[in-house]
Formats: sequence, C-alpha cells, structure tokens
Amino acid sequence: MASLRTQFEVPGKMKTWSYALIGIGLVALLFGMITKGFSADEHEQVHFWGTLMYNTIFFTLICNASMFFICVTTLGQAGFTQSFRRIPEAISTLVPIFGAITFAVLMYIVFGHKHHIYHWLDSEAVAADPILNGKKGFLNPTFFVIWTTLTIALWSFLGWRVRQYSREADEAPMSIEQGANYIWRGTIRAAMFTVWFALTVGSTIPWLWMMSIDAHWYSTMYSWYTFASSFVSGMSLIALWIIYLKNKGYLELTGQEHLHDIGKFMFAFSIFWTYLWFSQYMLIWYANIPEETVYFKHRVQGPYKGIFFFNLIINFLCPLLILMKRSAKRNYTLVTFMAVLIIFGHWIDFYQMVMGSLSKDHVTLGWLDFGILAFFVGTLILFVGRSLASKPLIAKYHPFLKESVIHQV
Amino acid sequence: MAKKKFVVGCFDDEAVLFPAVKKVRTAGYKIHDVYTPFAVHGLDHAMGLRETSLHTAGFIYGITGTTTALSCISWIFTKDWPLNIGGKPHFALPAWIPIMFELTVLFAAVGMVLTFCYLCQLAPFVKKHHFHPRATDDLFVMVIECTDKTNVDDLRSFLANNGAVETDFQIAEDGWWLGRYDRDEMPFEHKQIVAA
Repeated sequence: MASLRTQFEVPGKMKTWSYALIGIGLVALLFGMITKGFSADEHEQVHFWGTLMYNTIFFTLICNASMFFICVTTLGQAGFTQSFRRIPEAISTLVPIFGAITFAVLMYIVFGHKHHIYHWLDSEAVAADPILNGKKGFLNPTFFVIWTTLTIALWSFLGWRVRQYSREADEAPMSIEQGANYIWRGTIRAAMFTVWFALTVGSTIPWLWMMSIDAHWYSTMYSWYTFASSFVSGMSLIALWIIYLKNKGYLELTGQEHLHDIGKFMFAFSIFWTYLWFSQYMLIWYANIPEETVYFKHRVQGPYKGIFFFNLIINFLCPLLILMKRSAKRNYTLVTFMAVLIIFGHWIDFYQMVMGSLSKDHVTLGWLDFGILAFFVGTLILFVGRSLASKPLIAKYHPFLKESVIHQV
Repeated sequence: MAKKKFVVGCFDDEAVLFPAVKKVRTAGYKIHDVYTPFAVHGLDHAMGLRETSLHTAGFIYGITGTTTALSCISWIFTKDWPLNIGGKPHFALPAWIPIMFELTVLFAAVGMVLTFCYLCQLAPFVKKHHFHPRATDDLFVMVIECTDKTNVDDLRSFLANNGAVETDFQIAEDGWWLGRYDRDEMPFEHKQIVAA
C-alpha cells in the first residue's frame, strides 16, 4: 500500500475560502448583533438569537450524525465504511466546537431570560398556566442546563473515544485474536455512543431545544423528524467530502460502489424524513384540534406557506425522482448536486421549525441567515480540513479494510 | 422449444470459476448460463449480462398504483358519492395519501413478482432441464451452448484445463415444458450423470 496517498494536505485555496466565509459570517454576526441583538425591540432580539439558535443546532446535529453513522455501521459490523471512515470521523471532530457555540447561545437565551423565545422561562406565566405547569418537570431552567451540558459533553467525549479507538488501527498489523478483540472493543464504544445518541437526538434534545419554543404544543414525532433531517444532511456532507477528496486524488480505495451506498442512505432517509413529515402533519390535520393545529396554522396558511411547501419539494420530490436510479447514485456530479440541495433543504427546514414559531407574522429569511450560514460553512471547511490533515486518511490495519476494498453493490 | 447441444463444466470454487468465465468468453464461446448454489457477487458482470429492467417495470407498476388510487378515490369522493367526513373538504388529499401509498406498494410488489416469474419462466408445473443436480448443492455449473462449428472434445478439454472438475456433453431441451416431477418422462435422450 506504499503507493496510496494517505496524508491529506490542506490546499491553500481551501484555507482562503474558509477564512473568507468565516470573515463574511463574522461581519454579518457583528452587524446583526449591533442592529438586532442589542436593539431595544424584542422582535429584533428574538430574530437575532433565533437565527443563531437554529444554525448552531443544525450544524451541531449534522456533524454529530457523522459519528452516529460510524457507530451504527460499527455495530452492524459493516466493512464498506472502512476505506473512508476517517472522513465522518473528521466531520465529527466539529461536535465539541459547534457544541460549545450551541451551548453558549442556549445559555444566553436561558440566563438572559429570553422568554420571548422560551415561554416556559417566565415563571409567573407558568404558574398561571395549567398546561405549562404540568410540563414544569421537564421544561425548567435547571433541567435544561444540566441536560444540555451532559448532552454536549457526552457527545464530544464518547465520540472522541470512538476516534481514539480508530487510530489504533494505524499502528501495526493485527493477528486474528487481536483483530477480534479490536472489533469487540469498537462495538462497546460505538454502543455507548449510540445509546446516548438515542437518549438525546432520538428523543429529548429536539423537544427541549426546539419544540419547547411552542411551549404548549407537542408532537412525539418531532425528535425523530429532527433526527431524520440531521442524518440525511449528515450523509450528504460525508458524500461531499468523499467527492472532494476523490477529485483531489486521495481515497484511491473508495469509489462508485461506496458512493452508491452513501447515495442509498441519502435517498432512503429523504423518504424516511417525508414519512415523518407526513405522519406528523396528517394526524394533526385529521384530528383538527386547535391546540395542535396552532403549529401548522401559520406554516400552511400563513406567511411560511411558500417555504413550507418548497421544503417538501426539495427534500422529498427531488431526492425521490433524481436519486431513484442506480446510475444517479453512482454519478459524482449528480450526487454532489443532490448533497448540496439536501443540506440546503434541511437547513431551510430547521429555519422554518425555529423561526416559524418565533416570528409568526412575517418571514425573516435574509442577509443575517445567510451570513451566519457562511460562518458555519467556513468553520466546517476549516476544521474538517485540519482534522483530515492531522491523521492518515486510511486506517490501514483495520481488520475489515479488505472488505471495503472489494466492496461491490 | 428445441433441443440443443450443450457442454457442461463443473467447478468447485468461485475463485476458479471467475477466470474460467472470462477465458470462455474471450475464446468466443456462448455461455448459456451459469448455475450456482448461492448468489455470486459480480458474476453477472463477468458474464456480461445486461442490467435487469425489472426495476423500471417496478417503477411503472408503482406509478400505475398511485394513479389508480388517486383517480378512483377522487372520483368516488367528489363526483360519485360525496360524503361530509368530519367537515373536511371533499377533495381531502392528506387523507388519501396513505391509500395512494399502499396501492403504489401493492401494484409494484405484485407486478414485480409476476414479472420476475415471467422473466425466469417460473410457474406451477413449468419444468426446465437441470444440467447437474449438484448445482443446487455445492457445484458451480457453467453451461455452454454448442453451435455447428463447436468441437465438443476441444471445448471439454479447454474447460478441464481451466479448472473444471467435471465436464459433460448433453443434448437437452432449451425451453420449458409442462409436467410433474413425480410422474416424469425426461424428454431428452441423454440421461444426465448423477454424481456419486
């Protein structure tokens, strides 16, 4: 394997781009902070913090989805991921960074007492409201802070342990016993992350961070919906990085066969997302109970109508029709196009999930959203590039590597 | 339905079978089929089979199911027998989507199973010639169709040189016929050799 290019070097162009995007983002952030964040108008403040909130949560979750992907494929003893597993690992190194930003934003909202964002922060309103009073055990600042801290800390820590374990396969060839032992230890570490992931992304965290904006409203499907959104965008992100590295001449052992599998994930989880979108919508539409329809009222019939259905078109119809064919999932250009479209679509989805509840009367999508988006994309490119450069691109003594090399769909 | 001449080569290892398939094809022989005890990855590619169009048929069946459901329900609930259900509009699309989905799945699934049976000529009492009984057990059986110009002895030794553990010459029915296995007259002269 001497001829493989296993050491990624960050190209100058990539650095320039990421610094430029971060620069644009910081300017937008600063300008937004002055005009909106410090504004006396509550609406402007809500706009600013809401925008920060959905961006931080979205990017943390899609990076975390990479670690989830590694863990479930480890648990399933999948071989095909081994030739490119350093990419999702590198993306997941962003979890502590984006997690810290999310933590800061959420803590500011809670301790800055932004009850226009989280209505349940207002203790007088909670005391007077039987519904909010009933939810007090879950929706209160103490629980929020503890659970958020635990969540972000354990995502980072358990993910770090999985990455450390992966590095062991760089060192020396393993005997059969050592290999079996290695796989077993990996299974344990991956299982620990997966369990914590299920307790957080799979259930409580989306309820706590985003659904509690509509403090009276609830949907048990909301967390699954958020998970599906973040997982399909996470897979698209992995696909983009694989294609980028292939174009630069790295990842010789990864090819169309692997891309086909990633494409299947993008296709299947787009359908899964739609399934949850529709299930949530139809039950509420059918029952037609005012306290439930309040969530959809301004989204389906109000100012968010356009975004709401646009969202369905780019996240369901486009993946369904474009990614359905086998040849499409094996085509680098089409997969790149679809990956960008899917990530953008789910970013818009997160936008309407958060801002649709915070600014019911008018759509706020504008320069601030795209500025903050630029900041996160820039940070992502910068740190993923660095992380890729800091270790070999292939875990060359992993027992399943050969399975990945001969992988065929 | 016609009787044809076949040369049969049996292999006991995938790793031997693949290069043999490649060599037989480059030598210009026409492979009738390769019978394996289990699905072998990449064999279709090595044999140069074209990609199946079963999925295209599945897509068409699915679309037919969706259209059938939508047109049927919308006609019933808006024209034929409009009912007021929970104050919902007569054209209540969200309520119909599960049914449209189910009919899509039903049409696609049933249609594809039937198409698959048709393509593989599978049906009750339809019988086809078995070239070697151990093809369902542990042997990889490559069947080559002979033309007028084929020298059978050459071909048999060619197969043996490429790793075939057993070769055979058979004159067999190419297509299918109706019959039952329990009272059967084999319609071909050459009785197949049952491996010891």
